[in-house]
Amino acid sequence: MYRPERRSEAPNSKPSAFSAASMAATAAITTTSSPSLVDTLFQRSLDDVIRALRSSPSSASEETVISRALDEIRREIRSPDLDTKSVSLQKLTYLASLHHLDLSWAAFHALELLPSPSLPHARIGYLAASLSFHPSSTELLPLATHQLRKHFAPSPANPPALAASALHLLALASSPDLGRHLASDLLPLLSSQSAASSSLRAKAVATALRTLAVCPDVAPVLFKPLVDCLSSSDPRTVSAAVGAFCELALAAPDPFPYLPLAPEFYRLLVDSRNNWVLIKVLKIFARLAPLEPRLASRILDPICQLLRRSHAKSLVFECIRTILSSLTDHEEAVRLAVDKVKEFLSSDDDPNLRYLGLRALSMLGSAHPWVVEESKEAVIKSLSDPDTNIRIESLHLIVGMLCESNVVEICNLLNKYAMKSDPEFANEIIGAMLVTCGKNLYELILDFDWYVALLGEMVRNPHCAKGEEIERQLVDIGLRVRDARPELVRVARDLLIDPALLGNPFLFRVLSASAWVSGEYVEFSRNPVELVEALLQPRINLLPSLIRAVYIQSVFKVMSFCFISFIEQIQAVELLSVGGSTQRSEKNGEQSDTVPLKTTESNVSEGDHGDTTADTVLLLDLIDKKTNFTRESISDLMNLIETAVAPLSECEEVEVQERARNVLGLLFTLRETQFWNIEAAHELKSDKELSEIIELLEAAFSEELGPVSANAQKRVSVPEGLNLNANLSDLSKILTDYDLTPSASISFSLQSYNPQETKEDSVLAVEPSSLLAEHRKRHGLYYLSTHRDGDELNDYPRANEPLLPVDHGDATEDLVKLTTPSLVPRKSKPTKPRPVVIRLDEGDGTSTSHLTTVKKSDNLLSEAIRGVLLENESQPSLSGKLDTSSKRRENDASDNSELISQQTESVTLEHGNSSSRKSRQHRTHKERNESHFKNEDIEKSSRHSIKSSRQHRRHKHRQRGDVTADIVPQTPAIQDFLL
Amino acid sequence: MIHFVILLSRQGKVRLTKWYSPYQQKERATVIRELSGLILSRGPKLCNFVEWKGYKVVYRRYASLYFCMCIDQDDNELEILEIIHHFVEILDRYFGSVCELDLIFNFHKAYYILDEILIAGELQESSKKTVARLIAAQDTMVETAKEEAGSISNMISQAM
Repeated sequence: MYRPERRSEAPNSKPSAFSAASMAATAAITTTSSPSLVDTLFQRSLDDVIRALRSSPSSASEETVISRALDEIRREIRSPDLDTKSVSLQKLTYLASLHHLDLSWAAFHALELLPSPSLPHARIGYLAASLSFHPSSTELLPLATHQLRKHFAPSPANPPALAASALHLLALASSPDLGRHLASDLLPLLSSQSAASSSLRAKAVATALRTLAVCPDVAPVLFKPLVDCLSSSDPRTVSAAVGAFCELALAAPDPFPYLPLAPEFYRLLVDSRNNWVLIKVLKIFARLAPLEPRLASRILDPICQLLRRSHAKSLVFECIRTILSSLTDHEEAVRLAVDKVKEFLSSDDDPNLRYLGLRALSMLGSAHPWVVEESKEAVIKSLSDPDTNIRIESLHLIVGMLCESNVVEICNLLNKYAMKSDPEFANEIIGAMLVTCGKNLYELILDFDWYVALLGEMVRNPHCAKGEEIERQLVDIGLRVRDARPELVRVARDLLIDPALLGNPFLFRVLSASAWVSGEYVEFSRNPVELVEALLQPRINLLPSLIRAVYIQSVFKVMSFCFISFIEQIQAVELLSVGGSTQRSEKNGEQSDTVPLKTTESNVSEGDHGDTTADTVLLLDLIDKKTNFTRESISDLMNLIETAVAPLSECEEVEVQERARNVLGLLFTLRETQFWNIEAAHELKSDKELSEIIELLEAAFSEELGPVSANAQKRVSVPEGLNLNANLSDLSKILTDYDLTPSASISFSLQSYNPQETKEDSVLAVEPSSLLAEHRKRHGLYYLSTHRDGDELNDYPRANEPLLPVDHGDATEDLVKLTTPSLVPRKSKPTKPRPVVIRLDEGDGTSTSHLTTVKKSDNLLSEAIRGVLLENESQPSLSGKLDTSSKRRENDASDNSELISQQTESVTLEHGNSSSRKSRQHRTHKERNESHFKNEDIEKSSRHSIKSSRQHRRHKHRQRGDVTADIVPQTPAIQDFLL
Repeated sequence: MIHFVILLSRQGKVRLTKWYSPYQQKERATVIRELSGLILSRGPKLCNFVEWKGYKVVYRRYASLYFCMCIDQDDNELEILEIIHHFVEILDRYFGSVCELDLIFNFHKAYYILDEILIAGELQESSKKTVARLIAAQDTMVETAKEEAGSISNMISQAM
């Protein structure tokens, strides 16, 4: 009601808003109108409001108190009397900052108070403004520009408190525009030398930092004064400047532009006694040291001294952090830092130090494994710390040290630990194990049987909530690691028959994976009948329908497997009986009659070139090993399935219903064939119908599912002439004149493992493919070109290179190793070779490294600073107003340097007086610089020893007292100063 | 850089907030709600650092008040603890054994003191004496200004 009207009028009256407001205010004081006098007399003070709030018994009554106060404030704040206005604004500020009320509607009133001659009013205005203003949200900021500028100006009318408040406001609310307009006004504050204004100077430094951060293009104006502040005699200014440079260097994507300032920072590092300054300097060096190896060896000594001497834990920790993050090549320093870390870790009474000690260790990473090994005990002890943060930190540390040789023992340990810890941390542990072991396609895992069993144990944890990841890994291992399948099926069976798991909704996904695995790899199952019982137990009603559908599909697979096995059994017996007489015909017969199953059978049929007896033994073995399916057991199984699945065919959920009907359909078809009457293989062949069914069933599941690369789709290159964006409106016409029969044999996701089978497939699919070819001829536009440019698409994915041959270790040695769990990677001697893990391409499984996206403004800032420090040495100093820039800012930001030079010109024109003085000053600086650089060149060419260059450095510093600009180098070669 | 400073009472009431990074009003409310849940539930003998949304929150309890500051990952936690202690000592010196009520009824003064110590999320003044002196100077200026204003309004009311 009131606010929008004010806002809309505000921008129009921009130039005179303040004078008008203040005039109105002064007028109001002299001719006090009666309503505002009443307001003033009966206004509740802030204390009254606070008391009312505190005496309200409940939150509901507090709400009413607040809303009453808000009504008052809305009325009072419009009063022309500044006293009334300021008190009401103060009340509003209180409510806004502590009771989360919206303050933005009163932002204009805060602005109205700023020009008040009375200090309390202005401060209240500033406080409200600094709480309510937001760089992006407020349209009123431009209105504050003029007032801020007035308060920055050094004059007796401006007490430091006002300028300080103004600086605060600018620091908190600086938008790019505001910063650009006011940057030059900060200059006098930044360069003032008087002792009285030293606190203001420090504040101005921090404000300049914020301004630089939001609008990098003021760097040419502000950066040099900031650099000057580093060498100020006032410790406060220096501290503020170091803080500012620390922020800048840490935020910059590339700290290189700050390297020329290293001598300054080094001086501070050696001379300063202020811990706060030292911490910031260390942070800067941690960023700069990796850029310049000579710098690293230079700062090493002072840092180690600080580390030894200092009693302030914060400084000690910063030294440790600097060494462990940036100076890891210096063994001695790392040693020293690690000793300190151990002290931290052993401080029982201070959890802060223990936490930070663990952080420091993890900073070092795996480059120095001995470090973690040395403090192993403390790390493992921290796993049972009362503080969750410390526990998580130590968990990360332990998990980070996992390697091929210790993964088994440590994961077993962790898993046991997870069993007895609280739910949250248990999941933290399980999650960490899953992530680490699954990293990069299980590169840490040598023994997949163990890992699969571990997954099974994780699920037994009553708190386990990581079902989704476990599900993914179970299926993934099934697809990728052939050798792990038997164990996988065993684990899956155990999970399926465990009734307790059905109670935990987080584990439903795991059950789904178990069901799928036991259906897909049923040939490894010891007891398929038991499996079917588990899959059809009544409690699966607890599962969501999608998972029940997976269960039923597994039943389907198991049933067809049992049936085929039964038939094969008959064939095998037949073969045995005739096998003795004609060896040759037996072999032929076997190969033509039975399509090799994907299990050991195929190996047998292909691999036996031995004599007949060996053959028979193998076959007998085979029959023995398999669960013997008698007619009774098969029909029992079918009855069981029928009883359990039949009700589901009426199920409301379509997925379940559909699968159930499939199962029943197969069941009835098999029953019709009356296969139990068949006694021998020759009968089998004669029964046309039955053999067709068998053939179909085998074909349905004989192809192996392979993992699909995440990039598979991308690899299909778009053939020339195919326009994917073309309008497909004529497709309907094509569809009408050619009834597209769904050809079932075209499969894209199935990839066959054996080349033989591929051929078979293509034979089987002859008919549909001829139709397809015809269709392709007619509507070539919608087909991919026949030319296959990505062979990998159709080929079965290449497996990993087999691992290097590993020698078999001594069993006793292994035992010894197991008893001394260690975090350090050892020379591993696994007792069996690592199974092959199928890897599709380099992009599979490994997380793509995210290139660090550099923020534009950061880039701009470092560009600008580079410009100031390195190249534009001769750029004239900037001062005066940069008002003209706001329109030009619309230009592309990349033109910044050009823009600035334009501004510079206009500035020199506008402020001829001051800038000419300054440029004269600058010229003298420059001359001195030049002479200086000549000196330096001479010195450089003669390449003195370190000692002489040290002297050189000192000499420099003496000079720097009066000549501030000489730290600005001509080339990046400035680092030579230091060394 | 310090992103914000929050003072919480043990009951979860906010006693002071200062935001050095831009947060919208709504975000501020959620931040405070999340942090009070995170911090107030922590026991006495745990460490003073909490990981929060990629930041670190350093807190310390004095009597019934929790002083919380949010910093970046690579900032020095112990340094922030020292800053908090510094702030509390200055408050204590100014109010004379400070208690929660002092902050409630003089909330703007607490802001002014904080503003002398921190600006733009950076530590400004590491000397307690200087802060005390600056605050005292501001107080006297405010007092004289108020007296003058008082006399003017007296004059006006007399004139009427």
